[in-house]
Amino acid sequence: MSYSADVVIIGAGISGCSIAYNLAIKGIRNVIVIDRSYIASGATGRCGAGVRMQWGTKMNCLLAKESIEFYEKANEILEYDRDVTFYQGGYLLLATTEKEISQFKENVKLQNSLGIPSKMVSLKEAKDIVPHLNTDILLGAAFCQKDGFLDPFLTTDAYYKAAKRLGVKFLTYTEVKDIIVNNNKIERVVTDKGDIWTDKVVNAAGGYSKNICDMVGIDIPVYSDRHQILVTEPIEHVQGPMVMSFSMNLYCQQNPKGPFIMGRGDDNEPRDLRITSSWKFLEDMAKTIKNVLPPVANLRVVRQWAGLYNMTPDKQPIYGKVDEVDGLYLAIGYSGHGFMFGPLTGIIIAEMISDAKPTVDVSLLGLNRFKEGNLILEPSVV
Amino acid sequence: MKDNDVMVCRCSDVSLKELRELIKEGYHTFEEIKRITRIGMGSCQGKTCGNIVLRELSMATGKNINELNMQSNRPPVVGVKLSLIAEEADRDEL
Ligand SMILES: Cc1cc2nc3c(=O)[nH]c(=O)nc-3n(C[C@H](O)[C@H](O)[C@H](O)COP(=O)(O)OP(=O)(O)OC[C@H]3O[C@@H](n4cnc5c(N)ncnc54)[C@H](O)[C@@H]3O)c2cc1C
Ligand code: FES
Repeated sequence: MSYSADVVIIGAGISGCSIAYNLAIKGIRNVIVIDRSYIASGATGRCGAGVRMQWGTKMNCLLAKESIEFYEKANEILEYDRDVTFYQGGYLLLATTEKEISQFKENVKLQNSLGIPSKMVSLKEAKDIVPHLNTDILLGAAFCQKDGFLDPFLTTDAYYKAAKRLGVKFLTYTEVKDIIVNNNKIERVVTDKGDIWTDKVVNAAGGYSKNICDMVGIDIPVYSDRHQILVTEPIEHVQGPMVMSFSMNLYCQQNPKGPFIMGRGDDNEPRDLRITSSWKFLEDMAKTIKNVLPPVANLRVVRQWAGLYNMTPDKQPIYGKVDEVDGLYLAIGYSGHGFMFGPLTGIIIAEMISDAKPTVDVSLLGLNRFKEGNLILEPSVV
Repeated sequence: MKDNDVMVCRCSDVSLKELRELIKEGYHTFEEIKRITRIGMGSCQGKTCGNIVLRELSMATGKNINELNMQSNRPPVVGVKLSLIAEEADRDEL
């Protein structure tokens, strides 16, 4: 096989599919999306799929807010024949230290100024929202009802189908092996099924973003980190919001259909591309949940799995062109929160490729910030 | 019995009709079908429905059942209570 395309997108996760759809609605339809496996087989299909507007920088608040407002209408806009099942039960962010309290207060002020309906809540209010919460170990909390979660696989499927209807081609089970560059310009993408001639490539390869950049000789300061997650047996619906704590390293939500889903990070993880499950994660998770949401510990674990976080030095994504190679665009390094930025990722990259005015200014998120030492300080990442 | 009367997956409520429609739409692996319908993700973790899905995929794609992949087996194989895991972990630390 031999193809040519205006744009080749590497990776069919939420990022790649959203970029493809947004290019297509701008009229750029000779687009090919390549994935070595099936749609959403990477981090996207493995993620907690929580989305929150409660961020600590203006840029992140706006990226998340606009994305969530899109997700609210995703079924209609994407004309999806299933349901992305967006459930807006809110996020309850727990504070265990005075420092966290003052940080949350500052964040809420910023969020409110941008139209995000978050608020500080007392321990009693927190308990009204989540009756089984152990408030003895807390000082306070912040809450935003607009936050929530949706089905990551179906959401990506919705983008995929909409893009396909508009003429985008998807090559699944096809692996990108190399990218040929000539005079600093992209010439073609080499896959195990043949070559694709193009002068524009989007790297949306998630945990493998570094491997793609290696192909064109660009060394990016990004690594991948295994993150684990588990699901319990289902019970009646008792927990509305996602409960999250930065200091105790925990997030836990209940799917309206009954099962609880919970995860945490681990700084001691080896930095490789393993996605197997470990017993230590189960133990740490069990102890934390028993402390924070005691009755949830009485549930049985039915499954645990893992996926890759693609980490950058400041835990913020990298969006945009690179100096070294003309026609290469990066949409990578989400550091564990790329699902909730998915809709804006697509809009922003499509705007860059078509030279349109950006919906949200992300010029701070270019690759050059690491060389120039302009890292972003975002206080609210897990 | 019609296709939509036959329940392939009792745990996640998926009918034979739904399964066959997805295969017709082009979803040809267990993992994809599982992620769309939650088939095989119920309390029996696919012990009941898994083989039926493979048989349907085999009939539709003409591939031998042995060439098709079952979903990955993930720990724990039987459900364990989180509180028990926590207690064990605490005891190990004494
Ligand atoms: C356990 C866990 C929980 C998470 N929870 C949340 C959450 O609650 N909220 C949130 O917003 N985010 C969460 N995340 C992060 C989120 O999953 C990711 O940021 C997001 O899914 C990234 O999407 P993506 O499309 O950029 O990458 P991916 O979904 O990883 O897609 C990249 C794709 O590229 C393909 N690919 C790679 N290399 C090649 C190649 N050489 N050739 C062809 N194809 C290739 C892969 O097969 C893959 O499908 C979580 C992640 C994990 C692991
Ligand atoms: S019958 Fe399908 S998961 Fe149990």
